[in-house]
Amino acid sequence: MTQDRKSLAAWLQAAPMMLVFAIFFLLPLVFVVIVSAWDYNEYEMLPAFSLRGYTDTFEGCIADLPELCTILKTYLKTLELCVLTWVLTLLIGFTVAYFLAFHVRSKTWQIVLTLICTIPFWTSNVIRMIAWIPLLGRNGLVNKGLMGMGLIRQPLEWLLFSEFSVVLALVHLFTFFMVVPIFNSMIRIDKRLIEAAYDAGASGWQTLANIVIPLAKPGIVIGSIFVITIVMGDFVTVGVMGGQQIASAGKIIETRLNALQFPAAAANAVILLGITILIISSLTRIVDIRKEL
Amino acid sequence: MGDKRPRSFYFLALFFAAYVLFLYGPMFAIYILSFQGPDGGLTFPMNGVSLVWFDRVFTGGGIVNIGAAFKRSLELGAVVMVLTVLLSVSAGMAFRRSFRGATVLFYVAIASLIMPSIITSLGIGLEFRLLDDFVNGLGVEGWTTGMGLFTSGLGAHMTWTLPFGLLIMFAIFNRFDGRLEEAARDLGATPWQTFRYVVLPIILPSVVGIGLFGFTLSWDELARSSQAIGSVNTLPLELQGLTTTVTKPDIYALGTLTSAVSFLVIFTALIVILLLQARQRRHGSDAGKGMV
Repeated sequence: MTQDRKSLAAWLQAAPMMLVFAIFFLLPLVFVVIVSAWDYNEYEMLPAFSLRGYTDTFEGCIADLPELCTILKTYLKTLELCVLTWVLTLLIGFTVAYFLAFHVRSKTWQIVLTLICTIPFWTSNVIRMIAWIPLLGRNGLVNKGLMGMGLIRQPLEWLLFSEFSVVLALVHLFTFFMVVPIFNSMIRIDKRLIEAAYDAGASGWQTLANIVIPLAKPGIVIGSIFVITIVMGDFVTVGVMGGQQIASAGKIIETRLNALQFPAAAANAVILLGITILIISSLTRIVDIRKEL
Repeated sequence: MGDKRPRSFYFLALFFAAYVLFLYGPMFAIYILSFQGPDGGLTFPMNGVSLVWFDRVFTGGGIVNIGAAFKRSLELGAVVMVLTVLLSVSAGMAFRRSFRGATVLFYVAIASLIMPSIITSLGIGLEFRLLDDFVNGLGVEGWTTGMGLFTSGLGAHMTWTLPFGLLIMFAIFNRFDGRLEEAARDLGATPWQTFRYVVLPIILPSVVGIGLFGFTLSWDELARSSQAIGSVNTLPLELQGLTTTVTKPDIYALGTLTSAVSFLVIFTALIVILLLQARQRRHGSDAGKGMV
């Protein structure tokens, strides 16, 4: 009886959060799926079953063969950005986490340095994006520096509003999402394991490959999920840093929305959701997230 | 382990320093450039030093209605902060016992965290559009839209801040000594007294941390707001709109002001956390040991 009452009390404590997620997360997802199968005209959605949202999205995919249609090209581009960002954030994030976890010895310094990495996360993404303009622009510091050194004669045009600047900004913004979970996994590694490896004659690289990386794998997977899902759905960074010229999976949805083609936007959202779930489920096969918290 | 640092330490320390420079360098570039002289442009060199661009932000010259957006974002951030703290602490307490739907709630929170923002935003936008159609269909007089800053906008922000709040609560209670509560109960404390006088003082520094996440994540939120905020814009949305049109340093001035608010909140929160921890130590309890 008391057990039941306790469990009821706990349920009531969790209810407000459940309610928020139900109204503002689960229900909206249901509407996305429903509306994706609605019809639409130039200015409004029509509540009648139609797969136009999907067929419009894949328009030309068969007719244009062997040329790739727009949607496939866009997804390939998005995947390319995703892989580039993932590799870079993983390498940088792993190295930074490794330094914090294994080389910073005092707890205070560990907290201070972690905070230094976290503070930018609490400031605006848009500002951190536009912050690259004075550095990478045609008359920016980088171009001026390179011209001053006589390395180039014309300003490099690909520094800003290009794929390069998009990936740079994504790495700049989201390496944090790699550092935190990897650090969290590394800090739990028993230091004696590493000493034992050294005592047994393992080189630094061998210890890294056979002890640190396998034990940090949960953090690596969680960080990867964060970075990949963010980049797959991103439209702000691609928009601002790509000069609104680069297409991505998220950008298609935004474009459709601006054209008030809600069912088409929803259909694209469902496709994006499907691909994201596919990526996550293959990643979670490697690790059980819940155990790692 | 000897005291001598291995050679890899110096290499990694250098790498870390480079990373920090990479993180902060560009931001400081725009903070400096926001003090550009009246004839200065978007890039270095500085053409004199002035407060002209801050003045333009405040008087609205060039940028429309920035003050209103600033106020809206502050208000929304404050509400999101309070609700995030209340709901996260409450749910965090619940997770210490088993209850129906605990696993579901956990996975929903994680899903909400990693869901591409544009999808959540689109969904909330659709939901409120359909609600409007429904209410209009009923023939309600004077109804325009249910979408707004403190309805759909608030909800959109909560889908982003609540998962962080919940995860921080998990981290707190993973390190929390449950015997303290048992002791309180044994001494006759009611559940509310146990929470108010035992649990809350111990977890308070981390709760301030949840508030910090709640405010800053909302203050800077962009992607989830984009389709779910209705006719008015928050500050980040205005800022994003300006990136394509503005060719003068007033956008940097606005960026500097926005960051100043973030930094003010961050440092206030950190100081409060430090003060609370110092207080715990002074009172001689062993509570501080369990903190993050």
